[in-house]
Amino acid sequence: MTAALRFDPIRLPEKCEQLRKEVRAFLAEEIAAGTFDPHAPNREDNDAPEFSRRVGAKGWLGMTWPKKYGGQERSFLERYVVTEEMRVANAPTRRFFVADRQSGPVLLKYAPEHIKMDILPRICRGEICFAIGMSEPNSGSDLFAANTRATKTDGGYLINGTKIWTSSAHIADYMIAIFRTSQPTKENRRHGLTQFLVKMKQPGIKVNPIGQITGQFEFNEVVFTDYFVPDDHVLGEVDGAWKQATSELAYERSGPERFLETYYVLTELVRAVGKNPDTRSAEGIGRLVAQVHTMRRMSVSVAGMLQAGKEPVVEASIVKDIGTVWEQQLPHRVRDLAAFVEETATNRETLEKQLDFAIKTAPKLTIQGGTTEVLRGIIARGLGLR
Amino acid sequence: MAESENIVAETAEKIFADLADAQDINRDKQGAWKAPLWQALTEAGLPLSWVPDDLGGSGASLAEGFAVLNVAGRHAIAIPLAETMLAGWLLAQGKMSSPEGEMTVVPANPKDRVTLNADGSLSGRARGVPFAKEAKHFAVLASGNSGNSIALVDASRCRIESGIGLGGDHSDTVTLDKVQPITTRPAPAGFDQTQLMLMGGVVRALQIAGALEAMLDISVRYSNERIAFEKKISKFQAVQHNLARLAGESAAALAAATSAADTIVHARSLKDDAVFLEAASAKIRCSEAAEKGGGIAHQVHGAIGFTIEHILHRYSLRALAWRDDFGSESYWAVELGKLVAIRGADELWPLVASR
Repeated sequence: MTAALRFDPIRLPEKCEQLRKEVRAFLAEEIAAGTFDPHAPNREDNDAPEFSRRVGAKGWLGMTWPKKYGGQERSFLERYVVTEEMRVANAPTRRFFVADRQSGPVLLKYAPEHIKMDILPRICRGEICFAIGMSEPNSGSDLFAANTRATKTDGGYLINGTKIWTSSAHIADYMIAIFRTSQPTKENRRHGLTQFLVKMKQPGIKVNPIGQITGQFEFNEVVFTDYFVPDDHVLGEVDGAWKQATSELAYERSGPERFLETYYVLTELVRAVGKNPDTRSAEGIGRLVAQVHTMRRMSVSVAGMLQAGKEPVVEASIVKDIGTVWEQQLPHRVRDLAAFVEETATNRETLEKQLDFAIKTAPKLTIQGGTTEVLRGIIARGLGLR
Repeated sequence: MAESENIVAETAEKIFADLADAQDINRDKQGAWKAPLWQALTEAGLPLSWVPDDLGGSGASLAEGFAVLNVAGRHAIAIPLAETMLAGWLLAQGKMSSPEGEMTVVPANPKDRVTLNADGSLSGRARGVPFAKEAKHFAVLASGNSGNSIALVDASRCRIESGIGLGGDHSDTVTLDKVQPITTRPAPAGFDQTQLMLMGGVVRALQIAGALEAMLDISVRYSNERIAFEKKISKFQAVQHNLARLAGESAAALAAATSAADTIVHARSLKDDAVFLEAASAKIRCSEAAEKGGGIAHQVHGAIGFTIEHILHRYSLRALAWRDDFGSESYWAVELGKLVAIRGADELWPLVASR
């Protein structure tokens, strides 16, 4: 076989189920206390700093990290359970999600010890929010075209340029960004970019919110003007960010957030059709459930393989490709079926509101965090086509 | 996959590689390859994998048998290996021993029924029974006044209307008109046609997943050989993206099918909602993948893949044909949808996340 894809039938261990109960009980309390409405789609500009601290206090942030940095040294499968329960409940995770999934692991790997000791425990306590500075006005999917400059100066670098589409930059305490420290070489156009830790809310950084078609102001333009970053905020190898960018992608690409973003409309549709669906509704729901179940089995499988120390990069890209396409189509399929819901369904209005929001959200799902086209390129490379 | 599953699957793989080469089979219009292949499989004990030693089988585990079926799918095997395994499994549910030779199961469709008459004979009609024409015996699930029974029936006692399915294999209509079975035993408590269909559905899901793996493999290989516009077609982004989608469909089918098989291996009862979710989902998702993935494999191959000389149709058409056996994807989608509706909206996520 040229392409032996693996999706081992991983089951979540027993301890995950105990944890799941704890997470559900916690979320039920939060809902009862009015922290968030589980029937309302999780607006990404819905910032909930106190909720973030309470999740941290539960030990559910940075839970796979070493204890000396505030982590719990638990497994990726346990983290998986927390992530999927939060997502399905529409909990407001925006403030901590990026730090927990992505920024923390990057710091663990590349930051100097004193920075790790300073920042990681604060992530674990749910106190700080991270943004990711990748895209620029002339560099989106083509990451290595980034041109925001980091110019060497005494004790650090001066940053000049603009990042764009930066989620949460308006609330973030830190950003992990790539800046240009050298020009690309003829042999390697990916050369010359360096990863930096950037402290936000400082002079020299201006955050301009950008409105989205959903009505949210969730991503931003971030303008750097002679912004100083000290030497010890360089993450990893100078000019060598391209070597570092790919290793964490398997984690980023295969999680439950990659197919559950619009899941709430399916739950609400099931509520609306009631106990005795007609054949069309039953078939439609059955197919969607079979599809989401399959997606989840694939995603859990990748999580299990990661936990076992494997590097299922192609499998993870496949999960994100078909997962995001699925969650993008889901509100449209639910809309097809909702057309037949009885006028008397008590949640009709909720479903309609949800569909309105989900359909507006849908276009971004196959763009953010690596477009479908980029993912298919990675899969094609894995198949030996490039 | 555990080591023992690997050993049994590797045995199957070796037999198929030696005796069921797709090119050879495709050229052999007389079917001369069938007898030696069946004999080799029989000598390895594979057709009766799921029959315990004391009932005349080889007593392999469920997991080992499922692994063999995935391999069989990769070779688009056109002899009743899966059907004989399933028939042996059904007979073993009734603590009945399996005879030698090819078998299949009746009924093979959720809507068909066979009834056990008061005089012990069987009546009913079953459509789309795979390989009925080539089977010596049928394992029959029948309903009667005192519950369900499992029976072993001599195929020559039944009326068989020959039919050829989409994949080119026999898919026949079997009519039992007061046929006296060789033996009849009560089915285990609670065992009904739904469980037979779920088990059959997972068998087909694994075969479809295997066929998709093969289609991905030969499509990638072809795209790296075929030159058009002065370069390999694998270098065109449109082709790459199509193949990436085929990989996704193949991956989804494999994940759904192996997950369902694993669930049955570890299930205490096949009446569990989790088994229903897994098995029905596997049949639904693999059938969808057969359509989407097979379509891409043909698109990549162009006209050559549409010729009878090319092996692609052995996989693509068989995968499509397998969708129809033991309940199509639309049938299972309706049933799964009904189950989800009865459980209610707030019980959907707990069901999905129970696995």
